[in-house]
Amino acid sequence: MKLKFTWIGRLVGRFLSICALAIIGVSGASAQQRGGTLNSTLWPEPPGIVIGIHLNAPTLLPSTKIFEGLLTYDFQLNPQPMLAETWKVSDDGLTYTFNLRHNVKWHDGKPFTSKDVVFSLSKFIPEVHPRSKPTFQRAEVTAPDDFTVVIKLKEPYGPMIRSFDAISAPIVPAHIYEGTNFKDNPANRHPTGTGPFKFDEWKSGQYIHLVRNNDYYLQGKPYLDDIYYRFIPDSASRALALEQGEVQLATQNDIELVDVARLAKLSTLDVTTKGWEWGAPISWLEMNLRRKPFNDVRFRKAVMYALDRNFIRNSIFFGVASPATGPIHSSSPFYTSDVQAYPHDVAKAKALLDEMGLKPDGDGVRVKIGLLGLPYGELWDRLSQYIKQALGQVGVEVTIQTADVAGWGNRIANWDVDMSTTYLTTLSDPALGVARSYITENQKKGVLFTNTAGYSNPEVDKLFADAAKEPDQGKRKAMYAKVQKTLVDDVALGWLVELQWPTITSKKLKNVVRNGLGPNDNFSDVYFEK
Amino acid sequence: MWPLGFAVRWLVKAVMVVLAITVLNFVLVRLSPGDPAVVMAGEAGAGDAQFLEQVRKDFQLDQPLAIQLLTYVKKVVTLDLGRSYRSRRAVADMLFERLPATLLLTGAAYLFALIIGPLLGALAAMRAHTVMDSALMVAALVFYATPIFWVGLILILFFSVNLGWLPAFGMYSMIQVKGVWAQTADVLKHLALPAVTLGLFYVAVYVRLTRASMLETANLEYVKTARAKGLPEWRVATAHILRTALIPIITFAGLQAGHLVGGAIVVETVFAWPGIGRLAFDALFQRDYNVLLGVFLLSALMVVFFNMLTDIAVRIADPRVGGRA
Repeated sequence: MKLKFTWIGRLVGRFLSICALAIIGVSGASAQQRGGTLNSTLWPEPPGIVIGIHLNAPTLLPSTKIFEGLLTYDFQLNPQPMLAETWKVSDDGLTYTFNLRHNVKWHDGKPFTSKDVVFSLSKFIPEVHPRSKPTFQRAEVTAPDDFTVVIKLKEPYGPMIRSFDAISAPIVPAHIYEGTNFKDNPANRHPTGTGPFKFDEWKSGQYIHLVRNNDYYLQGKPYLDDIYYRFIPDSASRALALEQGEVQLATQNDIELVDVARLAKLSTLDVTTKGWEWGAPISWLEMNLRRKPFNDVRFRKAVMYALDRNFIRNSIFFGVASPATGPIHSSSPFYTSDVQAYPHDVAKAKALLDEMGLKPDGDGVRVKIGLLGLPYGELWDRLSQYIKQALGQVGVEVTIQTADVAGWGNRIANWDVDMSTTYLTTLSDPALGVARSYITENQKKGVLFTNTAGYSNPEVDKLFADAAKEPDQGKRKAMYAKVQKTLVDDVALGWLVELQWPTITSKKLKNVVRNGLGPNDNFSDVYFEK
Repeated sequence: MWPLGFAVRWLVKAVMVVLAITVLNFVLVRLSPGDPAVVMAGEAGAGDAQFLEQVRKDFQLDQPLAIQLLTYVKKVVTLDLGRSYRSRRAVADMLFERLPATLLLTGAAYLFALIIGPLLGALAAMRAHTVMDSALMVAALVFYATPIFWVGLILILFFSVNLGWLPAFGMYSMIQVKGVWAQTADVLKHLALPAVTLGLFYVAVYVRLTRASMLETANLEYVKTARAKGLPEWRVATAHILRTALIPIITFAGLQAGHLVGGAIVVETVFAWPGIGRLAFDALFQRDYNVLLGVFLLSALMVVFFNMLTDIAVRIADPRVGGRA
């Protein structure tokens, strides 16, 4: 009897505790509490923290808390208000009108007005921002009054509406930068922005410290008192710091994927792969189309059939990736899955190579080629080894070549490779982040992240050019669908996987990833659950 | 009379050596393939020809190598180390910002090694061919042969992860402590593991050096005389054997002192120590030539300076050395 009684008692006890947890959970979710210090990893130490002058990944994480854009973007990359409260695009797609917030102040107390926006978009960005320069060079920016900005274009430009986030178009203070040498302005070491956090201190080799902006324009926000971005050079030490709770946030490639799976199981940590929709990185195998045998589409197809993208996803990227089907990331509104598929098929690969006349010699070798792997750590070395093995199975002998980052960049930029592995962010719009790797005009020797593979197809060139100018969203989609079909048929690049950067947070830290910019958003909503 | 002549000769030699090192460094650094402008563009994820041109122009990378070398040497002579390509800050500022942390780390490791190493070596020599001697020699061999980063990771695993006694990385606690004493204690706590990691390697060297040197000296005639006089064994060991045996140790200590600036790259990386070694490591991968050359130059100056000190120390210890060099 006694035994049974305790058993019932335990059941009741458990039920009660579940109820209590549920109540705490509900009330906890509704109350966002002020206070707390967020410690985040940041690696490597950035060279500077003014967006535009520097665009390195570790520059963006702290500086997007200091500087803001006119807009930000949700998970579907739809525009959301930031410094602009409302906006309107004219039907012909030529005029963009932004109504700015009235109660915004710079961190030094000066009021924020349309003058700052005009200066940033028409002077600062076209001069310093290598990525957004082409976008804003085509725009004429004026301000009819203190809180209205009008942007006029000569012809419609599809990606325009997705170019106003803090990374693409940071708004900087005109009263500090106007008339100075932007890149050497002393203010770059002590930046002044409008964001929810103010720059406090940069201890070289240690951390960047941001403190709460008490005059932030959104009442009661931000919730955090301050943020430390800590430079921890060793990835094992970073994982340890997360485990021990010394840091509460790590993202992108701060943590080796092999550790991510382990950390995900801990009860104190959360892992999400959302929040990189804006960047949308794709990894690929680039084949130099100026060289034999890569200039033959049958060879490229054979390579695609010989590689097992599911294996790459599961065994090399530990599941933190998804197989790529083509040039546009599946999170993009312009993505289509309706393209030629290349399932793992060794027989088909061999047949294609036979058809080309590449017959195996006595050792079973048909052709010998080199592969320059991305020098970003073990993960990429393993990818090279897998490619060597998989292509070896169909008689393509691969020699793995190595270089450090600078040497790797130099060889690819100068077209001095057979094959190479890399990844690139495809950005918020195909016209910004996709076209650059395929259009003929962008074959620029000596410049990285251009069309270094050497693909050239007048039909694709025209489609990319037309789609960029097309104001109608439906028509744009159709054009990009056609581009994807053609590029995948031609195997312009050997797309491998879409990378999914993990963002690992303490379970108590909330709202880190709330839109498409993820950890690169301004953190005005981030709070610690007590 | 010799001190003045020595000083002049030494100064001339030092200037020549540093100048030669500067030129050699410049050439060597440029031999590695890679272009700082491309690296910077790569980090920005942007392919813009104008951007590359601008960077090259800003730092005179577009001029012939010989002209660049000449400009650099001219600047170095006026003590101007140029600016970093990446952060656009003065290299001298970047170096001096990082110097205290490195000197603290390498200095602590230096003292640790200089105190523990000869002591243990003397112990091993006095107990030669016993279990303790063998244990010490095996330990010394292990720490001498094991890669330093691995020793660091094992110490972290043991003292930080398992025991939780010492912090695993950094120089200060994440939550800043108040008060001078509390802050000093905080830094010392952070210093312990990296200093021991770096020191253990040198301890191993000193142990082996001291033991070998003492055993060799122990067989000399004058030691036999000392024993015959009836001196206790510890007196013989400290006053007669160790003193003579110290000369190779002084020489090596001088060599090690030259590495005080550039010798901690690996340890600084493992322990996230904000010193010069890490600055050099990053600069190398970013092809930030000016920063790299600055670190090299500073290290070279240290080596030359400590070689002079060693010369003087050995001259004082042993008047037979260098009477008319």
